[in-house]
Amino acid sequence: MSVVLVFLAGIAAIVIWWLSGQRMMSKPWMEVGTLDDIAGPAKPPIPTAKIGLGIFLAVVGALFSLLASAYLSRMSGADWWAMPVPRLLWANSAVLIASCAALQWAVVEARRGAGDGLRLALDIALATAVLFLAGQVVAWLQLVAAGYVLADNPANSFFYMLTGLHGLHILGGLAVLARTRLRLLAGGTAASARLRLGVELCATYWHFMLVVWLLLFALFTGWANDFVDLCRQLVS
Amino acid sequence: MVDIPTSAGDVIPPAEVADVELYHPRSWWTKYVFSQDAKVIAIQYSVTAFSIGLVALVLSWLIRLQLGFPGYFSFIDADHYYQFITMHGMIMVIYLLTALFLGGFGNYLIPLMVGARDMVFPYANMLSYWLYLLAVIVLVAGFFAPGGPTGAGWTLYPPQALTSGTPGGRDWGIILMLSSLIIFIIGFTMGGLNYVVTVLQGRARGMTLMRMPLTVWGIFTATVMALLAFPALFVAAVMMLFDRLLGTSFFMPAIVEMGEQLKSDGGSPILFQHLFWFFGHPEVYIVALPAFGIVSDLISTHARKNIFGYRMMVWAIVIIGALSFIVWAHHMYVSGMNPNFGFFFATTTLIIAVPTAIKVYNWVLTLWRGDIHLTLPMLFAIGFIVTFVNGGLTGLFLGNVVVDVPLSDTMFVVAHFHMVMGVAPIMVVFGAIYHWYPKITGRMLDEVLGRIHFWVTFIGAYAIFFPMHYVGLVGVPRRYFELGDTVFIPPSVHDLNMFISVAALVVGAAQMVFLFNIIWSLFRGREAGGNPWRATTLEWQTPQTPPAHGNWGKELPIVYRWAYDYSVPGAPEDFIPQNQPPMAGVSRAHT
Repeated sequence: MSVVLVFLAGIAAIVIWWLSGQRMMSKPWMEVGTLDDIAGPAKPPIPTAKIGLGIFLAVVGALFSLLASAYLSRMSGADWWAMPVPRLLWANSAVLIASCAALQWAVVEARRGAGDGLRLALDIALATAVLFLAGQVVAWLQLVAAGYVLADNPANSFFYMLTGLHGLHILGGLAVLARTRLRLLAGGTAASARLRLGVELCATYWHFMLVVWLLLFALFTGWANDFVDLCRQLVS
Repeated sequence: MVDIPTSAGDVIPPAEVADVELYHPRSWWTKYVFSQDAKVIAIQYSVTAFSIGLVALVLSWLIRLQLGFPGYFSFIDADHYYQFITMHGMIMVIYLLTALFLGGFGNYLIPLMVGARDMVFPYANMLSYWLYLLAVIVLVAGFFAPGGPTGAGWTLYPPQALTSGTPGGRDWGIILMLSSLIIFIIGFTMGGLNYVVTVLQGRARGMTLMRMPLTVWGIFTATVMALLAFPALFVAAVMMLFDRLLGTSFFMPAIVEMGEQLKSDGGSPILFQHLFWFFGHPEVYIVALPAFGIVSDLISTHARKNIFGYRMMVWAIVIIGALSFIVWAHHMYVSGMNPNFGFFFATTTLIIAVPTAIKVYNWVLTLWRGDIHLTLPMLFAIGFIVTFVNGGLTGLFLGNVVVDVPLSDTMFVVAHFHMVMGVAPIMVVFGAIYHWYPKITGRMLDEVLGRIHFWVTFIGAYAIFFPMHYVGLVGVPRRYFELGDTVFIPPSVHDLNMFISVAALVVGAAQMVFLFNIIWSLFRGREAGGNPWRATTLEWQTPQTPPAHGNWGKELPIVYRWAYDYSVPGAPEDFIPQNQPPMAGVSRAHT
């Protein structure tokens, strides 16, 4: 359960940092309605949707770190045979990185209010994301063809389950991204604040799912395991 | 010492807030059924939770009938008994308490108490309820599926949950249970995002975090914990579904069943226990923290006194929330874990008693020399303190490895957790309903019926669970269908079991009085007025009772003070609402 505890420690650090700015030491029973107390910023500085996405990502992060914990824990079983990582996964990773880069470009274009660039960037991001999912499915088919089926070995089971769950998350993001693209198509101006926010949210989600994917990839290739071993040696 | 400004110049004019962002229902369907109004969703959540809770109540009757009078009721066989205890536990913990505290009270109280018009993501909020309803339907479908619901115990430990000896293990039971949990968690996440982000972003002007009522603090912290803990149950449920449906071996070891070697090999049942309890222990506090928060407000309001140690109360809630993530393995002392781990988890378990005890002291010190009104909410609040202390003390027993190992599979544990997370939170649920029902419906609940309900429930709960400690201490194992003529079990146990069963039937019947009261008072209850308890918090200051769509009139409230200005010297009344601007000559500087 070490991975999830490290993740939660990170969350705890963020919470402590946030609480430290919330006057937790104040004595509310002594303070009645002073001006500076209530005349704070009338509008919240961060859009509500961004806070919402941040908290949702914390939940997704907890989900995947729990899965990683389970993976590392089950890995020590005697019946675990690591499975070969298809070379296609490297290409898929590159495609997902390209998708992220395109979305980042879209954010820049949306902030500039440039319509054509934004349209192109979103199209590239959509296409590469679909390509990534297709690539993942092809990787599955290759593995199955090579005889690595789901129930044979826990390593296989974890591989299919983790890539599947990650793919589902990308699929959900894809739906939102497509909706943003449609909003632009339906005549929303590139300069509208709502559209810009939508693109920014998609980009944040995409970057997060990229990080999750790279960490999962590291698990599959065994690097993460080497890293954990290294940590263990350092501690002991 | 902070200066208390009293001049009128410090009062800033109320800001008119346009309500363009508020969702407006257009038809009867979107107003009452597919509603995006948090108050309607709260009522939907509560009614659904109580309905499924009634099923769990009847199941507990059947369990007690079997334990008190073994052999008398031929329709309860061993399989049914295990199905009853499983469904009773799962429904009560997740589908009743969690859904009611967070989905019910959270939805109703958070927007009103922090001075918001609604939740920040109303559409997701609506989806949250409908997914919850779907989860309940899938759960109930287990009763009608071939083979019946799962009988694996509410902890669903593999491998027994997936083998043919357990009811529902190779049938539909376990599949429906796991699917229902997965749906519940997805739905809860949608609601949970709302509760957290509304507290973060939706607070009225002047409502700093340290001015929030403790109810909001409790629900807020519990929701944060639930958002981080439920994924563990989600992962466990998904992996178990894989094991059951696709033949993987995440949790299933090599097993010979009925002389036949199963396909599974090498899976780790302990891994499931870790995942389950990584959710399961925070779950205890997900139920307890909202109860802590609500009871603080009930005590303060009905003792006409500010809460003792508000800051400590807030910190204790946050610290309990954090600590509860590193105590999970105290549910696994008997799983053969490394004694050093056991020592670590025993230590963290005992440390968590410190902030909890601080809270208990503060409740008692709030009552101390308060102007205690023994209203129904106050009675239930006091009932909560007593039962919670009782259950908490046996928790200290069980937190120690050496005491837990012999007691772990006895009725002592059953008595402990029913006292601490069954009776105690449900006391708060009742107290909260007697307290807020006038705001929700505009009418008071009937006092006499309420008092009957309280005394039967309170004394009855003790009659049920107090003797159960003794039954556990003499070594009666839990989960057993019948005890038979076991040598070490004295005849007194059988007598006590009968007594407990009768008490359980009576307490269950008392809940029907409560239900009758709820329905009867809806039409015939005394008119309550806007603020019958003369309370300070914002939900009592709404222009209409029950609050209209959008909660507030044209202007959002502005908050000038904390939530506990009761009996302030010099004030014209013994309470000052949170949105009351500073008044000349009234200060708390003496405290």
